[in-house]
Amino acid sequence: MTFKIGVVTFPGTLDDRDAQRAVRIAGGEAVALWHADENLHKVDAVILPGGFSYGDYLRCGAIAAQAPVMESIIKAANGGLPVLGICNGFQVLVESHLLPGGLIRNEKQHFICRDQTLVVENVSTPWTNQFELNQEIVIPLKNGEGGYIATEETLKKLEGEGLIAFRYKDVNPNGSMHDIAGLRNERGNVVGLMPHPEHAVEAGFGPDMPGTMRSGVDGLKFFTSVLNSLVNA
Amino acid sequence: MALFKKKKPDFVPSGVDTTANAAVTPDKALPYAQLGLKDDEYARIVDILGRRPTASELAMYSVMWSEHCSYKSSKIYLRQFGEKVTDEMKKDLMVGMGENAGVVDIGEGWAVTFKVESHNHPSYIEPFQGAATGVGGIVRDILTMGARPIAVMDQLRFGAPENPDTARVVHGVVDGISFYGNCLGLPNIGGETVFDKVYQGNPLVNALSVGALRHEDLKLAKASNPGDLVILFGARTGADGIGGVSVLASETFDSTGPSRRPAVQVGDPFAEKVLIECCLELYHAQVVAGIQDLGGAGISCATSELASNGGAGMRVQLQHVLKRDETLTPEEILMSESQERMMGIVPKKHLKAFEAIVNKWEVEYSVIGEVINEDRLYINWGEEEIVNVPPRTVAHDGPVYERPVAYPAYQDSLNANNVHVAAHGHGLHRHNDNGSELAAQVVQIVSSPNQADKSWITDQYDRYVGGNTALAQPDDSGMIRVDEKSGLGIALATDANGRYCYLDPYEGAKLALAEAYRNVAVGGAKPMAVTNCLNFGSPENPEVMWQFKQATAGLADGCLELGIPVTGGNVSFYNQTGDVAIHPTPVVGVLGVIDDVARRIPSGWQDEGNNIYLLGVTKDELDGSVWSEVIHGHLGGRPPVVNLAFEKQLAEAIAAGSEQGLIASAHDLSEAGLAQAVVECSLRFGMGARIWLGEICERDGVDRTAALFSESTGRVLVSVGREDDVKFVGLCEARGIPVLRIGVTDNSGHLEIQDIANWNLADLAGAHKGTLAELFG
Amino acid sequence: MPKIIVEVMPKEVLLDPAGKSVNNALHRSGHKDITAVRIGKRIELHFDRPVTDADLAEAQKIGENFLSNAVIEDVVSVTVQN
Repeated sequence: MTFKIGVVTFPGTLDDRDAQRAVRIAGGEAVALWHADENLHKVDAVILPGGFSYGDYLRCGAIAAQAPVMESIIKAANGGLPVLGICNGFQVLVESHLLPGGLIRNEKQHFICRDQTLVVENVSTPWTNQFELNQEIVIPLKNGEGGYIATEETLKKLEGEGLIAFRYKDVNPNGSMHDIAGLRNERGNVVGLMPHPEHAVEAGFGPDMPGTMRSGVDGLKFFTSVLNSLVNA
Repeated sequence: MALFKKKKPDFVPSGVDTTANAAVTPDKALPYAQLGLKDDEYARIVDILGRRPTASELAMYSVMWSEHCSYKSSKIYLRQFGEKVTDEMKKDLMVGMGENAGVVDIGEGWAVTFKVESHNHPSYIEPFQGAATGVGGIVRDILTMGARPIAVMDQLRFGAPENPDTARVVHGVVDGISFYGNCLGLPNIGGETVFDKVYQGNPLVNALSVGALRHEDLKLAKASNPGDLVILFGARTGADGIGGVSVLASETFDSTGPSRRPAVQVGDPFAEKVLIECCLELYHAQVVAGIQDLGGAGISCATSELASNGGAGMRVQLQHVLKRDETLTPEEILMSESQERMMGIVPKKHLKAFEAIVNKWEVEYSVIGEVINEDRLYINWGEEEIVNVPPRTVAHDGPVYERPVAYPAYQDSLNANNVHVAAHGHGLHRHNDNGSELAAQVVQIVSSPNQADKSWITDQYDRYVGGNTALAQPDDSGMIRVDEKSGLGIALATDANGRYCYLDPYEGAKLALAEAYRNVAVGGAKPMAVTNCLNFGSPENPEVMWQFKQATAGLADGCLELGIPVTGGNVSFYNQTGDVAIHPTPVVGVLGVIDDVARRIPSGWQDEGNNIYLLGVTKDELDGSVWSEVIHGHLGGRPPVVNLAFEKQLAEAIAAGSEQGLIASAHDLSEAGLAQAVVECSLRFGMGARIWLGEICERDGVDRTAALFSESTGRVLVSVGREDDVKFVGLCEARGIPVLRIGVTDNSGHLEIQDIANWNLADLAGAHKGTLAELFG
Repeated sequence: MPKIIVEVMPKEVLLDPAGKSVNNALHRSGHKDITAVRIGKRIELHFDRPVTDADLAEAQKIGENFLSNAVIEDVVSVTVQN
């Protein structure tokens, strides 16, 4: 049985086709979801991919969060549907209040594209169950507004309840507080992160790894995890 | 593009000058000289029309007949690219020069379109927007051919690094390219950055884009069927880039008062991203018969070109153009260079389908006219006819100049002043006996701004989007997978060397071609086609025209010899700082094809215990070299000799070696010679090596300085697994490629050059990678 | 034609990297007495009829719910300009 993973396209979304490819490589069926259509077409999970939806006008993800498809996704997420927000998708999740905090311009004021080492700090979500706790992975990062900020209160809660899903290691590329690269919600079904797992799923096109150029595929586990969780659901 | 240098816009006319009015006021004086038209050109327009032109017609002719749009000073030389071509060279060419971009058949039903263009002058005035709109413009040219744009590259030349104004331009340009390219979702897969004081007041910002399409999706910019609708869609038309045309308003017409019109275009990459997706859907639905993007000269260019190319005519109602500024006059609307606009030719029966798609993407559009069965372009402003011209005369039959050409007065003494006679006849000093001096020179060179690692710039660009990037900077070429099933891919490399071209424009152009060709070959692809961006000084300077004449001949002859055609390109004249022209800087881009990107060859070594071979011969060729510049501040003599027949042999040998799985890595030698190449190969993946120069010196009869820093052509550094040594050497020898083992890779964390240095890779990396961040971070 | 001006600023307690960057640039160009810079947004809501108190109240709501992200920004003023 092939599970259906919805991948949303907003005007300005860029990494939707890459997310679809990642789903296919992992063994799922990618379903394209249009921003103006509130029908989720019975998908088993949803990915909000990266890009510059609405040109990052007003605030990154702010206008996309108002789209008809987001109304349905918010409802479904509150009902337990697995949702993964990547980069701009993470920004949309934050603007939709499915995840706490905010994302602002990188500390150094420049867009940065780099192969980023992350520590996986939570493996109890449908998107991370195939990782080992505290596993280090290399995932491409590419953004200009990736600085995670939150109030002291929120940060205390995130740390205290283990809601930080990924943390930057060795280098904090954007000034995110507490080196936070990604979060999960309390229920665990919603995960958001700034780096792009869909760019590390196919050997030959991922990050350079020691020994072999462009061989990094650490991102694939995000997609196999969700399929795994659906099998066992 | 700034069509009129440093022209301040004046004020806006309120009256509309109609053709009827023009017919009865023949003596009305029009400011044609201020718009760049000569007396005889104006007379020719009057002759073509049988009356004086209206203000709108004058605006159209003046811009379309300007250097930038008509190529009037370069046409007679550019012809060579179409003439020095064999049938064999044309066999895979689906669209040649003259269209928005050339198109090449790469097999399996796929075609690729690519082109490089300049946006130099706007990038000095407003670096951010100049560079951003440069990217936007070239991407639209690719989109217009029916292709999905799949990558971009940029070739940047700035002034001296320590000059404070350089930082202003660098930050603006890099931010602009990053802003626009990243937001479009196009991976930036390579390019070059060069600093030289000759570009101080005139940076060069060239942008390349490449797109892929299925053969049946090819679109051309022509309107051929009477009855088809002319639709302007995308962004609304505003006052961008109007600049000098406002001169039309002065004394001649009534005006309501002065108003400022910006000469700079402002880009919105989000609008262009939406436009890309919308257009691709329109193409897929086959509702568009022809399409043109709006760039320089906006609507006047698009309408006249579409009509002229299609052999039909057009009737346009200019008042239907969607404006973002209601005060725009018809002349301004015609000349506006507002970005992110396309003009489509849509058969009436497809209008509903067209509307459904543009509405889905929330792209605005308006029907502004229709194709007619007459060889005429009529443009109305409401009831009044303001343009009535034969379209060919505007779009294609512009003036053709044969500018005076003069062999430069400085040339002979420049060429005589080579590295052996410089410094009062002593020759530039070489520390051949002092290993540690040589080592210091290596470090000085690899950490100099032109030779230093460019990550500070390229890390601001997305190289991952699309998931098809097989090679990108710092590799020798950028490589993109086109077909996910078969792995079919394309490779691109761009190169130019202004110093070589200044010493010898003919050879310099050939050298740029050779380098780009070699860069594509060492990645494992087969070179197939060429684009170029010819950046030169003022064509009114006969010495510059000589440089141009020589360079175009060199490039055309070189392409003929290599058997790869020029498919299109761009000319940028008037690049000067005050009266001083830039070095002639023809940028050459080579496109290659690889049947499976999985076979690509990495540029640096990754495995320990591999043998390192130097292919080719090293001669004492230091004139114009990085060594002569960085160590001695010298420029003189003659550039390295280029042997294109050998380059071809070398490329074929690499291809054969790669096919047989013998090559673990390949990196070509160019600026700063062997020293730069071994440092780059070691730092690429952090794998060290031990190199020895003795055999190079002995076999080729050169000293250690030349061995390290000579820039002789036709050389590649290859690493080969121990088990493949014999086969690899045998392959080279059988093909007449000189091959010499000069080292061995090792995981020591060091790069050793025997009797010269033993560097810790981390230290070397620090020197090589720290420079740009220190200068501009 | 009247407009309602909504001004949004980043929350006092949070980072304002853009403001900091501008502040550093001002210091480099000699303006050392400027101790801090904070950068926000000014949004204009245009009307083609006179603006009422209800419009202002609605604008405040729009400001808080959409034009600003309450987690990281504050609506610092909502005023009418005729």
